[in-house]
Parts: sequence; structure tokens; C-alpha cells
Amino acid sequence: MIPALLKENLAQRIADAATNREAAVDVMKELQHHYGWLTDEALGEASVLLGLSSLQVEELATFYEMIYRRPVGRHVVHVCDSISCWAVGGDTLLKSLAQLLGIAPGSTTADGMITLLPCSCLGNCGEAPCMMIGEKQYGRLTPEAGAQIMSALRDDPPAGSTKKPPLV
Amino acid sequence: MEQLLLKHTRAGQCLSFEEYRSTGGFAALVKVIRNWTPDEVQQSVIDSGLRGRGGAGFPTGRKWSFVPRDLTGPRYLICNCDEMEPGTYKDRVLLERNPHLLVEGMTLACYALGVQHAFIFVRSGYEQVAGNLRDAIAAAHRSGYLGKNILGGGFSLELDVHQSAGRYICGEETALINALEGKRANPRAKPPFPAVKGLWGQPTVVNNVETLANIPAIINDGPLLWKNRAATPEAAGTKLFCISGHVVNTDCFELPLGMTLGEIIDGPCGGMRPGSRFKACIPGGASTPYFTDAHRAVPMDFDPVAKAGSRLGTGGIVVFDHTTCMVAVTLNLIRFFARESCGWCTPCREGLPFVQHTLERIESGRGEARDIDILQEHVNMLNYAFCALAPGAMGPVDGLLNHFGDELREHISAGRCPLEGDYIC
Ligand SMILES: Cc1cc2nc3c(=O)[nH]c(=O)nc-3n(C[C@H](O)[C@H](O)[C@H](O)COP(=O)(O)O)c2cc1C
Ligand code: SF4
Ligand code: FES
Repeated sequence: MIPALLKENLAQRIADAATNREAAVDVMKELQHHYGWLTDEALGEASVLLGLSSLQVEELATFYEMIYRRPVGRHVVHVCDSISCWAVGGDTLLKSLAQLLGIAPGSTTADGMITLLPCSCLGNCGEAPCMMIGEKQYGRLTPEAGAQIMSALRDDPPAGSTKKPPLV
Repeated sequence: MEQLLLKHTRAGQCLSFEEYRSTGGFAALVKVIRNWTPDEVQQSVIDSGLRGRGGAGFPTGRKWSFVPRDLTGPRYLICNCDEMEPGTYKDRVLLERNPHLLVEGMTLACYALGVQHAFIFVRSGYEQVAGNLRDAIAAAHRSGYLGKNILGGGFSLELDVHQSAGRYICGEETALINALEGKRANPRAKPPFPAVKGLWGQPTVVNNVETLANIPAIINDGPLLWKNRAATPEAAGTKLFCISGHVVNTDCFELPLGMTLGEIIDGPCGGMRPGSRFKACIPGGASTPYFTDAHRAVPMDFDPVAKAGSRLGTGGIVVFDHTTCMVAVTLNLIRFFARESCGWCTPCREGLPFVQHTLERIESGRGEARDIDILQEHVNMLNYAFCALAPGAMGPVDGLLNHFGDELREHISAGRCPLEGDYIC
């Protein structure tokens, strides 16, 4: 169950939209923010709110890179693996983070704190190599700068997050 | 050099609404609402020679003229700020610095097209941009430049920001329309073209951010003066070039359209990084065939770049130095496109991973002579895919075959990457 206030906000967002469906991505993102990932329960709630079948919501959820249909850690670190970043050491950055965290790209640390995901171009190519955590973009990264950011993440749970403890 | 889009802006700062207005912002809108007919606005855009900045370079005025004039019912304008083509970040730079310019440009375009409800489709990762736009829209509302009966001229307009969740195909205009409707973003069959049947089945124009941001300057300066800001008599206007890779200054520059590649690299880019020599570049975003040293004198404008065998695309230039393996570059690009394929049609869904595996084998020293023919065949056949993603994906492969055939063959005959050591793939 989602809190009444969140439900009200989502209903309002849907009412403001040109059609219910136009708000689908926003609704999925908000629910993901609440649960940490788009759980089956969240998917069901989205379908009721939007007046769509759960299959129609699933079809959207599985399409987008930034909607997680599987559990993720408290922080999701998206490391760009596209061409401009690759040309100036994006590969080395991803490998060094994987080694530091002791996980393969695509997985989550055992303490449930950090998920490491390679991703497509972040639109920040002039500042390559880049990564994104939550809504924050980081550029001109070295493996050392990356390591510093990781240790800061471990110390600092996301501010104002309503997330439950990690599900992994 | 004259700046039209980035004028008065500073890196890392967003121009305030008052700053924009006090430096001539919304003057074009005031002029148009008081004295111009919608047709006059459209004619100015036609006369300016403005071509779309989203990748295909379609003449903007002509695109607008395809919208049927006499239909009742709503029609829509969508601003395409999906910007997910690797190497491209110009729309972000523009909107982080001056969102008001786009609001004014869209209002002028909507006036010309008779649109009362328009959308800005913003990619994920551009939360700052979406926030800037929402603030700019609210400020324009407060001053009567948006909303009901704008400046008392009887024209009304609402602008909405729609945020996406990350998928390259959403930038293709018919896929974008599906995405905006809240459907899975597979492209639609054309015809009917969006100008006739687009968003919610109504006539719809889709334009890139930079395209629409040029409209105020065309109105303010007049189409001829605007056009002549280009570097050659054939080109029209200025262009945002966003640079990345092995040059000194990897930044976004507003330059006269038609400057040569060499002038751009040696001038604003500050040349190659110390110790690096130029080998090749992607001239206009990830889907465009490579340019080499032989192309330094090509004017960076739509037709000259096409004549030289590539595309101006988005203006995203990615520069590679002498240590770079072009097979590895191509492999990186193909991996992107294979991952971003929407899966709707077989040639792209099956063909791109096949090309990727072929390149992987070549790069790791397990290539065979016939692989070159296989790659060439795919360059030809993927032109028959359902949308432009697959032909675009093969652009770099085409460039590899045309300009780096020797390097490719060397991989196969030596059974390893001749440049190994510098870059691992
Ligand atoms: C796979 C694919 C992705 C695209 N992505 C974008 C994009 O992110 N931004 C954009 O403006 N145009 C993009 N386009 C081009 C659009 O389909 C369309 O041509 C463009 O938005 C028209 O705007 P313009 O006439 O102002 O250039 C893409 C095209 C394809 C085939
Ligand atoms: S070419 Fe690729 S992206 Fe385009 S419709 Fe076919 S599968 Fe989808
Ligand atoms: S290629 Fe990494 S941000 Fe664009």
C-alpha cells in the first residue's frame, strides 16, 4: 500500500495530464522512488491509478532504461559506456568501480547499498567520462574520483528518501 | 563570431527571465502578435533556409507547410529534447543556459501553425533542463507571453513538459509520439506522416530544440540577415557543434554553419591534445560515417557533408587520435545501437547483434576474410529496416569499410588488433 498523500499526488498528476496514459512514465517513476524499484505491487497500483491493464504497464516498464523491474541497491550508479566516454577512459572507470565494489557490472553489493549499471550516453559527453547517481551527473572522472564518490555514498543515505530498507 | 543562441549566456548559469527580457527577449513575440499573420511567420522561416537541427536537416518551413490549413480540431507541436545520440549534448547546454529562448521560439512556431497545446519531450538525465523549462514556462505565463489571449492578441497557448525514462528510440518522431501518448515507443508506419496524423491522431509537427530556438532570431533579424550568419553563401545560420574526444577543448560552440572541419578542430577546439595526432572523427553524432584527415576542408553544412559521404546529423563531433582502433570504435557504437534497438522489426533486432558479434570476432583476432563481405551486405540490407535507427547504426560500419578497410583487413590477417595495448574493448 502506498501512503494516501502519494496516492493523492499521483491522482492529481493523472488528472492534469492530457490523457491518463500520458502520465504513465511519471507515475512509474514516483512509485519506483517510493519502493526503490518498480515492484509487482507498484505495477498493480500504477495500473489501477492509470486505468490500464497490468500488462500495458509492464510493456512500458520493461521498455525504459531508468525503470527497474528488479531489486536494486539503495544507490544506483549509472556509468556511461557510449563512445565519447569510452574514448577517454570510460572502460577503465567502469572496471575500477566494479573491482572496488567487488561486483560485476549489472549487480548489487552484498550490503544492498550500491548497484553498478553501465548505461547509454548521458548527454554530458564534453565532460567525459561520466556517470549519474539519482539525478546527479558527474563528469571528468578518474578511478580515484570514482572511488571517493563511492565511499561518500556508503556514508550518506539519500536525503529525504521514503524508501524501505534494500530488498536484496 | 556572432552568437544567436548562446548570446548573453554564461557556462554553468541559467539566464533569468528578467535578464532574457532586458536583452531583447520576447521582442519577436511582441512584434508578431501585434503585426504579423501566421503565414508571414511561416514565410520568414521558409525564406531563412532554416533546416532541422535534429539530425535529418529537413527544411523547417516546408515541414510546417505540410500541416493541413483547413482542418478543424486540435493540432500539436512537439519539441524533441530526447537527445540520446552519443556525442550529442547541445540541447542540454542551450537549455541549461537559456530555456526562455525555446519558450519564445515555440510560442512563435505555435502561432504560425495554429497550435494551442504544445509539448517538450525531455530525456531522462536532463532533470535540470526540465526544471529550467518549468520555471521559464511559469515566468512567461505570469508576464502574459503564454496562456489565454497572449498579449491581448487573441492567441492562446499551453506548454507542457513531458519527461521520459531513457530510450534512444524515443527520439524518432513517430516513436516519440507513441511515448508521449504513454504507449510503448515503437515507431509508427509512415505514411500517414505526423503532419497529417500524429499525436492522438491529429496533425503534429515535431522539431528539435535548436531548430525552434532559432525562430526568434529569424523574426528579429529578418530571414536574410539570419541566413548570412553562415560561413558560406549556401549555408544558413549558425549551428551548435558539441565536441568530445581527443581535442583540447571539449565544449559546445555556436559557429557559423559551413565552417570547415579543420577550422573547427584547430580553432575553437584548440587542436589535438598534446602528444595526439588526428586520425578520424564522427562528424555528426553516433550514426554518421567517419571523416578522416582527407575531409578537413569539407564545410560543415548539410549538403557538403552529405556529398563527402557522411551526414551533418546533430553536429556532435567526436574526435579520435592516432592510437585509436577504428574497429573498436565501431564495435562500441554498434553495441549501443544493438542495445537501443526497439525490437519491432527483424532486420534490426537480429541484424545489429549479428554485426556486433562479427566485429567482436574481428577485434579479438578471430575474424575471417568473408566477414568483410558480411559487413558490407549488412550495410546494404539494413536500409530496409522499419525506421531510420538501423540504417543510422550502419553509418559507422560503412565509414569503417570505406576509410579503414586496410586496418580492418590487418586485424583479420594478423589475427589480432594491431593497436592493442592502448585501448581494450
Ligand atoms: C533513432 C532516432 C533517434 C532520434 N533522436 C532524435 C533526438 O534525440 N532529437 C531530435 O531532435 N531528433 C531525433 N531524431 C530525428 C527525429 O526523428 C526528427 O527528425 C527530428 O526531431 C525533427 O526535428 P527537426 O526537423 O527540427 O530536425 C531521431 C531519429 C531517429 C531515427
Ligand atoms: S529499425 Fe530497429 S529501432 Fe527501428 S523499428 Fe526496427 S527494430 Fe525498432
Ligand atoms: S558518451 Fe558518455 S555522456 Fe555521452
